[in-house]
Amino acid sequence: MSMPIATPQVVERENYLNTKYGVWSWLLTTDHKRIALLYLLSITFFFFIGGFFALLIRLELLTPAGDLVQADTYNKLFTMHGMVMVFFFLIPSIPAVLGNFLVPLMIGAKDLAFPRINLLSWYLYIIGGMMMLHCMLTGGVDTGWTFYAPFSTNFTNTKIIEAGLAIFVAGFSSILTGLNFVVTIHRMRAPGMTWSRLPLFIWAHYATSIIQLLGTPVVAVTIVLVAAERALHLGIFDPKLGGDPILFQHLFWFYSHPAVYIMILPSMGVVTEIIACFSRKRIFGYSFVAFSSIAIAVFGFLVWAHHMFVAGISVYSALVFSFLSYAVALPSAIKVFNWTATLYKGSIHYDAPMLYAFGFLGLFTVGGLTGLFLSALGIDVHVTDTYFVIAHFHYIMVGGALMGYLGGMHFWWPKISGRLYPEGWARLAALIVFIGFNLTFFPQFLLGYMGMPRRYYDYSHMPEFQVLNVLSTAGATVLGVGYLLPMIYFLWSMRYGKPATDNPWNAAGLEWKTASPPPTFNFDEEPVVTWEAYNYEELDAPQHRQEVPVAR
Amino acid sequence: MPDSTMVGLHREEEHHPELLHHFAEAQQQRDAASLGMWVFLATEVMFFGGLFCAYLVYRRWYFGDFAAASKSIDATLGATNTAVLICSSLTVVLAVWAAQTARRTLLIAMLGITMILGLAFLGIKGVEYKDKFEEHHVPGASFRFENVPIPGHPGQFANPRHAQIFFSLYFVMTGLHALHMIIGLGIFLWLLIMAWKGRFTPEWHTPVEIGGLYWHFVDIVWIYLFPLLYLIDRHP
Repeated sequence: MSMPIATPQVVERENYLNTKYGVWSWLLTTDHKRIALLYLLSITFFFFIGGFFALLIRLELLTPAGDLVQADTYNKLFTMHGMVMVFFFLIPSIPAVLGNFLVPLMIGAKDLAFPRINLLSWYLYIIGGMMMLHCMLTGGVDTGWTFYAPFSTNFTNTKIIEAGLAIFVAGFSSILTGLNFVVTIHRMRAPGMTWSRLPLFIWAHYATSIIQLLGTPVVAVTIVLVAAERALHLGIFDPKLGGDPILFQHLFWFYSHPAVYIMILPSMGVVTEIIACFSRKRIFGYSFVAFSSIAIAVFGFLVWAHHMFVAGISVYSALVFSFLSYAVALPSAIKVFNWTATLYKGSIHYDAPMLYAFGFLGLFTVGGLTGLFLSALGIDVHVTDTYFVIAHFHYIMVGGALMGYLGGMHFWWPKISGRLYPEGWARLAALIVFIGFNLTFFPQFLLGYMGMPRRYYDYSHMPEFQVLNVLSTAGATVLGVGYLLPMIYFLWSMRYGKPATDNPWNAAGLEWKTASPPPTFNFDEEPVVTWEAYNYEELDAPQHRQEVPVAR
Repeated sequence: MPDSTMVGLHREEEHHPELLHHFAEAQQQRDAASLGMWVFLATEVMFFGGLFCAYLVYRRWYFGDFAAASKSIDATLGATNTAVLICSSLTVVLAVWAAQTARRTLLIAMLGITMILGLAFLGIKGVEYKDKFEEHHVPGASFRFENVPIPGHPGQFANPRHAQIFFSLYFVMTGLHALHMIIGLGIFLWLLIMAWKGRFTPEWHTPVEIGGLYWHFVDIVWIYLFPLLYLIDRHP
């Protein structure tokens, strides 16, 4: 397909990548763009570790009998899969990579407000990651990523305290990223970059940061209590000693439900940018999309107990939390409708980022609607702890968050690397990911609805579930290929890709007005913003077309 | 933002040496630092908030046991510590004022007194912990809380297990608070060294201000901890 043709740059301009070389210029950098790349490398590493656990889980479930691993090992596999993917991949994924790279560029700042704290957050992430790796290599944890007490505090013999500390440290890194974004967005905007001119990617990251700031400390203190309880048998969560295990669940889900919105909100921000660009239209209902991000952050803090409908909370609180969980669907639906309205009569281009955005739209909608099934008390009792739940949250976290992440990586890759990725391969990969994903997780909806429980490694008493499990495992293999492809051609393009122009998509937004890749301080002159966000009508006007060559 | 932000990199030589490259002007840098500390304190509120939540749940369930356990802590030591911290908040305010008005000697004195008051707090806390240790009130294998009457209910005795939950929360909450005090002392030691070197000027003393914000926050946490832990159902 037609790729934008670049005028070859004869002399390579100085940019953030070639300004200095050597290991220390990276490990001691305070440039938000270099820190974003450090994060990119490290989260990719953890993504493949988490993926490896997923692969083993799917292989075990290929046959009804538990024949590949032992029961204890299986427990550790799904626990480590969850912990690595949630705390070391999904939560840092878009904010720490794309957010780190783009927030200052999009608002016209030279860097984040606290560059050294930004570097510190990466080091904390790495320390937490190393602790988690050490924990996995020396025995792992078998409680599920949820650490439910009193199993985690009194019974299991696995490395709870070490895993907890790893998550505590990584959580600190997440708090510092959120703190940096909030202060940067408040204090570092370029002249003329008012709140109503901010890209919606920034609004999404602002909302995400609020959750990171107010949620993460609560799970941190919960981990402290679990560690203290486990080491000293205090009795805080132990019913034998007068404690309350339900209190643990409240404290845990107070963070861990909003954490879902830490994963999905940035992805929504990415998709908003992509849809506006490839429909060549101003986003429909800008302020609704902006404030629905804030609404999701606020509502997100009020629904945690829907994870506990069968845990023994009162019927009245279950009713209230069920109602509030329905309410959180409203801002999400507002976003989906506004994206759809943006597409309407748009001049739609089917480039790879847009394919991921389309994938996101469909899969997120399925994930969101099945979320409503789960917030309905009657159905929830039926499908709690079945594969229905597994399928639901993978549609949100993989179908939603990960599709958005991949879409964003493709969309901004020319800016990040200064090179174009191979468009044909990228479209193929997007297609493979979409097919592989649905093949993996749609059968799990059916399995769950038919009653297959989660966390079983042996289902030989119900062999009729094997066909759907085989489909799911086959899908996971396809999905794995779909994830490997971008990694290969991104690496390939860094050396062999065509040089990218400053604005290969002819996209709106300040990040496209500087060089690709940008210079260390982002802009040669401080930008002054005089236009509204997503001014695509203006960009596509004929007189503008001569200035910025559009190659479509 | 005012027009002066357009100055950019070109007048770097005229900038204050502490103005970092990515800020346009000193005011922006000061605002960013101050907002950053306020946002951080919001996370701290949530951090302690989880503990206060656990405290409230169990205090409601086991009120009598909590009252009995609370009575075993020395409220005089707690009240002294409250006074010590309130005084230290005053010296912090004076330190900030001294920095704003270029009174270097007063700044050094106030930072020093604040640190002394902070150390006094930790010392008194240590005495309290030692008492609890000797009375076998530290949760764990050697915990004893037998035959302690529930205040206001003659003939009834506190359930040792429930009292143990009180002491668990007592040690976790005051322990984390003490940890924050220790971090605060580290910050103030650094401020003291910087002040000694004469680095703070009326134009640039942001570290004193945001260090002071942190110190006040830690004080305020104590203002809540003191009545909740020491004064349950205590009547004159």
